[in-house]
Amino acid sequence: MSDLPSSAKAVIIGAGIVGNSVAFHLADLGWRDLVQVDKGPLPNPGGSTGHASNFIFPVDHGKEITQLTADSVRQYRDMGVFTECGGIEVARTPERVQELHRRMASAKSFEIEDTEIITPARVKELVPFIDESVILAGFYTPSVGVVDSLRAGTIMREKAMALSALTVSANTEVLDIEVTNGKVSGVVTDKGTIKTEYVVIACGCWSPKIAAMAGASIPLTPAVHQMKDIGPVPEFADAKGDIEYPIVRDMDTNMYERQHGTGLEVGSYAHRPILHDVDEIPSNAEAALSPTEMPFTQKDFDLQDEHSYELMPQIIGNESVGQKYAINGLLSLTPDGMPILGETPEVKGLWSAAAVWIKEGPGVGRMMAQWMVLGEPEIDLHQSNVARFYDHHKTRTHIRARTSEGFNKTYGIVHPAEQWDSNRNVRLSPYYEREKALGAVFYEGVGWERPFWYEVNAPLVEKFGEAVMPRTSEWESRWWSPIINAEHLQMRETAGLVDLSAFAIFDVTGPSALDVVQRAALRQMDVAVGKVIYTPVLKPNGGYQSDLTIMRLGHDHFRVVTGGAHGMADLKWFRDHLPADGTASVSDLTSAMSTIGIWGPNARKIMEKVTSADLSHEGFPFGTCRVIEIGTQRVLASRISYVGDLGWELYIPAEQGAKLWDAVWDAGQEFGLIPVGIGVYGTTGRLEKGYRAYGAELDSEYTVLEAGMAMKKVKDQDFTGKAAHLRHRDEPVVAHMCGLTITDHTSSTGEKRYPLGGEPILTKDGQPITDAKGRRSFATSAGSAPSLGKHIIMSYLPPEYAVEGTELLVEYMGEHYPVVVERTGIAGLFDPTNERIMA
Amino acid sequence: MDIAVCIKRVPLLGSAIVLTADNMAIDTSKVGFGLSPHEECAVEAAVKLVEENGGSVTLINMGHVDGEEQIREQMAIGADRAILIDTNGVEPDPQAAAAALADAISADDTDFDLVLMGSESADYGGSQTGIRVAHKLGLPVVTSVKGLKIDGGIATCERAVGSTREVYTVPLPAVITVKDGLNIPRYASVPGRMKARKKPVDIKQVSFADSRITTKQLVVPVQEAKGATNLGTGAEAADALVEVMKQIGVLS
Repeated sequence: MSDLPSSAKAVIIGAGIVGNSVAFHLADLGWRDLVQVDKGPLPNPGGSTGHASNFIFPVDHGKEITQLTADSVRQYRDMGVFTECGGIEVARTPERVQELHRRMASAKSFEIEDTEIITPARVKELVPFIDESVILAGFYTPSVGVVDSLRAGTIMREKAMALSALTVSANTEVLDIEVTNGKVSGVVTDKGTIKTEYVVIACGCWSPKIAAMAGASIPLTPAVHQMKDIGPVPEFADAKGDIEYPIVRDMDTNMYERQHGTGLEVGSYAHRPILHDVDEIPSNAEAALSPTEMPFTQKDFDLQDEHSYELMPQIIGNESVGQKYAINGLLSLTPDGMPILGETPEVKGLWSAAAVWIKEGPGVGRMMAQWMVLGEPEIDLHQSNVARFYDHHKTRTHIRARTSEGFNKTYGIVHPAEQWDSNRNVRLSPYYEREKALGAVFYEGVGWERPFWYEVNAPLVEKFGEAVMPRTSEWESRWWSPIINAEHLQMRETAGLVDLSAFAIFDVTGPSALDVVQRAALRQMDVAVGKVIYTPVLKPNGGYQSDLTIMRLGHDHFRVVTGGAHGMADLKWFRDHLPADGTASVSDLTSAMSTIGIWGPNARKIMEKVTSADLSHEGFPFGTCRVIEIGTQRVLASRISYVGDLGWELYIPAEQGAKLWDAVWDAGQEFGLIPVGIGVYGTTGRLEKGYRAYGAELDSEYTVLEAGMAMKKVKDQDFTGKAAHLRHRDEPVVAHMCGLTITDHTSSTGEKRYPLGGEPILTKDGQPITDAKGRRSFATSAGSAPSLGKHIIMSYLPPEYAVEGTELLVEYMGEHYPVVVERTGIAGLFDPTNERIMA
Repeated sequence: MDIAVCIKRVPLLGSAIVLTADNMAIDTSKVGFGLSPHEECAVEAAVKLVEENGGSVTLINMGHVDGEEQIREQMAIGADRAILIDTNGVEPDPQAAAAALADAISADDTDFDLVLMGSESADYGGSQTGIRVAHKLGLPVVTSVKGLKIDGGIATCERAVGSTREVYTVPLPAVITVKDGLNIPRYASVPGRMKARKKPVDIKQVSFADSRITTKQLVVPVQEAKGATNLGTGAEAADALVEVMKQIGVLS
């Protein structure tokens, strides 16, 4: 331990698994003069790492978490601190058995090998002390293991020190973070101040407190995960190592049991959510054990005792096996369950590496270091990006509401479209009351209440009959309605009105505005005023940062419109790429402007009733925008489409939105205008047209070439990712985004089934498909294409399979369904020549 | 053999003790609660005696109603029933505490053969209550016992006095206060906990006469700085090590 240096390249706060990993990887990428501080002693400073259960199940339904976990496991193995023991998720209910089949599919989608569904008898063979009569099946993952996370942290810290890159100061409390002109400038500790331009907050459940010192937000809450260690267990008397039996996750009771030497550790996510404020965590000195090992509250575990007794009566029911240790262990929960990574939008140079579990720690450290040193991580982290949060996400009430709701779903069967119950009605569009009156069923998107379909359209289901592709399976009917498909079909006949208020909208203005958007966009932005450009925004590696629309509203005025989910990250991206001389600025209009879309064959006729502007195809061409008058309102109309029909997006100041809605709605009645929900906009309309969506088909791990979105020529002007993009154009493309359809939906029980996305695409003989970059083929999106009477799956496929007519399989809920590659290019399956849009 | 064991819920503290803003109590908002190790030994001794001789173990816990948590914990290792004397937040002085405990013991339907207590509580550490309970009940008392055998209505009690032992025999019924080290308390099993949830706890209210000892203020004693001094590495540290050994009298 050395004295604190007075300045550093970067200061890493926290010496848990994350902080140590960040420190090592920064050093490994060449940074020197790093300082790491922790308020606690080493090697166990008293945070969540010190009491973690340390086991790793590699399978997850999300690609991002699966990749972070896989990277972490590789690192743990390399450090020699990984003990493979296998793990079994057991099912007590038929619903869980189905979920385990879903997990099998995710394992194949994200390349976790050798998983299998096993019988209770086989579970008993592997875990002899289980009562197999209470379970129906098991999902066995042989590559589950246990790590020594404290040892791993020490190894990484010492490696960084061996590179002469790192000074470590334990027992050092951070008192303040200095910020100068919006940038980090120093860290004040009780042992002195360190001047620095980079600070990494890797403080686990203390992170919000440290971030607040700099005026930034890391929206997580310390929460209790209860666990107890019982023993000595006679069955484990001869145990030679830490772990010799597979770890059991009793999914339906939200619990796990693992052998730990001669003891059995029983942990739970089933108890009531017990949330703490950071200030309620004792200091190292005040704590009887460690700050994050809080006193066990047995009452909250009474039911769990009974559940573990049911599953393992031989051990749990043994009166000679005593409870040696039990804690209310603290961990970090976030409102959406994802980690919080990246540079904070509030303060330049202040980086968050928080809400990370042991299974993701080393991977997060490596990605954070890449992000800081190289400008981007190789794993796409958009779901973990600290910049994803809107203001309301950062409130204590929201954090507590959503973490309380999410906690008991830790092992839950979570539907891909599952909605949150708590803290709803935060962001209401000006059309909300109109929509409610029309029976809107609202789904939430980043706080917005968005109509997903409208009950007023229920009679259309009867009208269209079998064409709505009715579903009988409960799983696919959950969070879905045939009304969505009926709305889709009606919109294609007449017209639909869609609330698009969730868009994030920001204006880039100033003398350098063109330069800013030119540098962001792949496509040429030096276009005539009034042009609308849909363009990829690339990362330096040539992968997708975003795809969005930019309208040129004036010589020095561009309006960027992007999806709400990723809007705040895009806003940060543009702000980060402003010129230092202040000649351009970005202003966020997300809450100031609201948007409706009107699309369908009758859209022009309806619009012509409310405005005298020239709306003819020649007078208002596709891909242009202009301000038109609708009654007393000046409305920015933009002729584009995400659903495949003629129409406009209409932008209006939010307070005038209701009046605009009424005008269009009233005019539309004689032309069969119906309200249309996001079910059509986001899924059915989009998929029929083959439109790629950021976060599904598009992310930084795929190139523009692979997505099929490259232009014939690359513009002369420089833009972020250009060099990589040019390189990609010269390389063979190893995967192509394709549109597939299912040719037979009938399951072994005779029921028609409809995959919802995430499923693995397999060869005709059932083998997973991996491209030359090692990426598996899976359904990036899946949904109805009612106008085609088909169910579409989008997937990247290697060139040998990306051939129209190729027959493949999709695995869904344990069964294989035949699919055919119907489209390899960018054209939609529906109206591939865009005659309807260009009408 | 029917045994009463008096227990008290006390905060389980770390190395730093935090007081409330008015310095009148320990700030327990960030800590858990348990029993003093002495009392854990008392319960273990009682449970073992009943396992060997038959009878019952009754816990008597005076203090906050949340003390049910500690009662259930001890029931999980074998205590049969409990009386919880709710003090409504008052911390009685040893006289008042002893009077209330003695009243509860004599009012109970069970004629106890033995009253076991810890030698002192982990928080106030007055070492008075056991003696005062015995006095109130008119029973003999042996304090600070570290060895206990019972045979034919006679308790044989060992106390450690310096490096020697005192051995007392006392006829039952009697009050015996015990010290940590009397035995190794067992850990509660899960089935023990499940059974404990169903065992009876009688909650009684108590009010105290004006306490004759009142708390003016609590002060946390200044703790000597702890920590290791690095004397050096390898052979270079030998001289410094020898010096330290001389200082502490290991070498001359």
